[in-house]
Amino acid sequence: MNGFLSLWPDRASAYAAQLDTLLAGFTVVIVLLSAPVFILIVVFAIKYRRGRPANRKHPVTRNVWLEISWSIVPFVLMLCFYVWATKLFFDLHHPPADALEIDVVAKQWMWKFQHPGGQREINELHVPIDQPVRLTMASQDVIHSLYIPALRMKQDVVPGRYTDMWFKAGKPGTYLLTCAEFCGTQHARMGGHLIAMSQADYARWLEASTTDLTLAAQGAELFRSRGCSGCHGPSATVHAPNLAGIYGKPVPLEDGQVVTANDQYIRDSILLPQQQIAAGYPHIMPSFQNVLGEDDVLKLIAYIKSLSDTGEGSPNREGASK
Amino acid sequence: MTERVQVHEPFVDPAQQHAADMLGMYIFLASEIMLFGGLFAVLFVCRLLHPQEIAAASKELHLWIGGINTAILLTSSLAVAIAVQLARQGSRRAVAISLAAAAALGAGFLILKAVEYRLEYSDGLLPGFSTASKFANPATHLFMNIYLIATVLHAVHLSIGILLLAGLVWKLLRRSLQVPKRASVIAVSGLYWHLVDVIWIFLYPALYLIR
Amino acid sequence: MTSDHMVDAASHPAQPGIAETAEERVSYLRAGHTLGSWLFTSDHKRIAILYFISVTFFFFVGGAAATLMRADLLTPQADLLSDEGYNRAFTLHGVIMVWFFLIPSIPNTFGNFLVPLMIGARDLAFPRLNLLSWYIYMLGGLFTIYVLIAGGVDTGWTFYTPLSSMFANGNVVLAATAVFIVGFSSILTGLNFIVTIHKLRAPGMTWGRLPLFIWSLYATSLILVLATPILSVTLALIAAERLFGIGVFNPSLGGDPLLYQHLFWFYSHPAVYIMVLPALGVVSELVAAAARKPVFGYQFVAGSSIAIAAIGFLVWGHHMFVAGQSAYASAIFSFLSLAVAVPSGIKVYNWTATLYKGQISLDPPFLFAMSFIGLFVVGGLTGVILAMLAVDVHVHDTYFVVAHFHYIMVGGTVSAYFGALHYWWPKIIGRRYSLAWGRLSAALIFLGFNLTFFPQFLLGYLGMPRRYHVYPPEFQVLHVLSTAGASILGVAYLLPFTYLFYSMRYGKPAGANPWEATGLEWSIPSPPPKHNFAERPTVTRAPYDYTIEYEESDD
Repeated sequence: MNGFLSLWPDRASAYAAQLDTLLAGFTVVIVLLSAPVFILIVVFAIKYRRGRPANRKHPVTRNVWLEISWSIVPFVLMLCFYVWATKLFFDLHHPPADALEIDVVAKQWMWKFQHPGGQREINELHVPIDQPVRLTMASQDVIHSLYIPALRMKQDVVPGRYTDMWFKAGKPGTYLLTCAEFCGTQHARMGGHLIAMSQADYARWLEASTTDLTLAAQGAELFRSRGCSGCHGPSATVHAPNLAGIYGKPVPLEDGQVVTANDQYIRDSILLPQQQIAAGYPHIMPSFQNVLGEDDVLKLIAYIKSLSDTGEGSPNREGASK
Repeated sequence: MTERVQVHEPFVDPAQQHAADMLGMYIFLASEIMLFGGLFAVLFVCRLLHPQEIAAASKELHLWIGGINTAILLTSSLAVAIAVQLARQGSRRAVAISLAAAAALGAGFLILKAVEYRLEYSDGLLPGFSTASKFANPATHLFMNIYLIATVLHAVHLSIGILLLAGLVWKLLRRSLQVPKRASVIAVSGLYWHLVDVIWIFLYPALYLIR
Repeated sequence: MTSDHMVDAASHPAQPGIAETAEERVSYLRAGHTLGSWLFTSDHKRIAILYFISVTFFFFVGGAAATLMRADLLTPQADLLSDEGYNRAFTLHGVIMVWFFLIPSIPNTFGNFLVPLMIGARDLAFPRLNLLSWYIYMLGGLFTIYVLIAGGVDTGWTFYTPLSSMFANGNVVLAATAVFIVGFSSILTGLNFIVTIHKLRAPGMTWGRLPLFIWSLYATSLILVLATPILSVTLALIAAERLFGIGVFNPSLGGDPLLYQHLFWFYSHPAVYIMVLPALGVVSELVAAAARKPVFGYQFVAGSSIAIAAIGFLVWGHHMFVAGQSAYASAIFSFLSLAVAVPSGIKVYNWTATLYKGQISLDPPFLFAMSFIGLFVVGGLTGVILAMLAVDVHVHDTYFVVAHFHYIMVGGTVSAYFGALHYWWPKIIGRRYSLAWGRLSAALIFLGFNLTFFPQFLLGYLGMPRRYHVYPPEFQVLHVLSTAGASILGVAYLLPFTYLFYSMRYGKPAGANPWEATGLEWSIPSPPPKHNFAERPTVTRAPYDYTIEYEESDD
């Protein structure tokens, strides 16, 4: 990370090492494919220099089999690497189930992180090593992109939808964390550090970070203070779905479709309630678009999720609307 | 066809010039189709994102006005096709009359379209003139925005077409455009008119009928 | 103004210079002496010169923005430009270089000049439309200059939403208007080329006898005509979004910001081929002339231009691997991006094979062509690296990408542009320039270019994001190297304009065919007469038919 001149980036994970191997292997192949071009151009330019005597008898001006072979062979070689690279890419899209969930909210020009225990930090992300970490990311304004070179990973953070990214850091250290998608005036200053620490150190860090309430508890607090409980709470008189246990369950919609009550669905239900109405409920939910920030919405989702985790409420509720 | 046709600079004979004019117009029209293609893509994606809301919004459009307008444009294309045939036979007055009829039908389309906008305005559904809160939901507003952009862009193309045909009629009447000598001018303009028609043939179902 | 100099030098044969030749007296350059005779000309050759002057002007405006950026990047802090200033500099650099230099560069200057000459026609099919396209280009250019004076725009040339539509504070609508306008100039040029190539070929100039430059311009024109309208409608939607908030790209109004990226790259990826295909065509011409041999595998090289244009429409999603599109879509786009590398590879291997047993000349145009091949190979293969999904996740939006597309656009297209300039300059102006200076600038451009952009591959892999002017100190050494290279490159780009300009007055008359090349354009006097061909030529030979010379030179 420090030093006068580095020619190879830090490696903070096993994945980074795999990617470096892929790139090194592919570099060898493309050097082999292109070397004939570089060498022959120079050799021909010298050997067949105009005015220089050389054997120029029987020049060839076409040879279909030769041309087909130099179309197909490089392509097949590249396909092997295509399969390899695509395999790694698909792994990136399948986070393990036991991953530690951390929420990320990007806004001009800072990164906010929320740990499940309610710890919050800005522009610094503390994670334990040897433990998969899954980031659920939302943007408050424009498109950003969370980029951690030492992990060889980045993912755009797009307003209006959740994107995610997972990794397993392998080596404690402090690594660069930046925004890779141009996001306005202070784009170049929107960065910070990923701090990977041993699990014991991480536990100590969690304890030391001031936190009154877990993320879910902060969500429960919001659920009351923002008036959600007025309709969705147990004593509500309004006909609105009970949210206990709905997380991860199918929700039948008014138009006959069925969607899964995942993070994205709950987010859209809070911010854009007039779309995807759950079947059998009136269209009465107001939009919280200008009331709640993305970090608040993530807390509410954590709360709703906790309702199913703890088994509160019956697991087979008929559905949910906004 | 004994008259000598005027041949412009890079061409060697009238057949080459005519073929080049037609090809040029076809390529221009391909380009126009891609222009509207972008809008259709936007409409398609919005439908995928909000199928229910957009189907509901589509029901608010005045199907019958759109239907009558479709019939009007199809008839005008017929008139243009007849004019192109007549031009090859050299009947100058008849060409002028059928082009004028097509232009008049086009103008009729625009008037009906204006009536339709007026009705939407009074329903509070015309973006820019109605407050956003009148729309049932953002997707409806979005649909009406796309509707307005697509139909206005089409109307602009149609107005250009009307001016083009009116210009031809004027030249025919003043005998500054001779048929059948310059019949290809009418054929090339006719191609443009048909395209404007065809675009509407696709806009009508995409906006009005898929509800 | 430069255009005045041009007319001036042309109309008054200089005293100490070399006297006007008989060819020059009847050439298109002397067909009119007033400014009006240039500004209202419909002669494709004069319009080419108008484009050459304006495109060169924008090249140096865009270059000035790059100079500011490279100077600011010398240190890790922001010392020359503010955050806003840097953002505006790279946005203008991108907008100007892409739309006002690279896209019109080769097609509108050399294409305009050469298409009728190479196929044996008097002019393009629609000469007045051709002039109109230049005026539209200039109108777009004026808007851009106004944007520059009014304080610039800060979205990056990609105008990503919702930054551009809701958050940016520069002149987004004006800049989008400028690009919108210049798009119509591209469409008209493309249309004109397609019709001309279809309908105005001289008798005997069959499709199989077309010069490869014409094939590549034909492929380019197809893209110009079919892709540019998508950009127009997308930019119009950006402007409407910003002015009226229509919501198509705004998630809180039910729109989708990724829809913008799909539309934008549906145009802008093919636009990359608009920029590079004409360069590939130029290099095919130059390699054949350098080796005095037919291009190896004419059919494959011609067909690969069309294949690149066609597959080029299907790869846009490779710009969005980390944008949140479906992983399956990404896998398909990645595969297609590998497929588009195949026809490019064919061209490179075929050029190399063309040199085998040739009569290779190392005159300036051919040095430019050879450096093109080298740089294009590096740019193309790093493009294949970027098409690999997992690798792109790391290097997307870093200096690796910046280096990659500069190898293609600058190392490739600009080298080919200078190669074309050095090859056809004697035809266009009718005078020879100093070959020694030409070789020197070809070498300087090659060295300066590699010094500028090779370190950027390393920077990118180290994790330096693009569009950053404040960076961690460990990246500084590579940035200093890059800036050093850029200063060599800047000087090297200015150099040709001095000796070429000098040759207009003091150069020796070129004669009809100074390179002893084949092709109809070399069969007429230099500079060409106003009407190109005294009588309509009839073509009886295959392209690049150097056979007679082989027999003579066999030893």
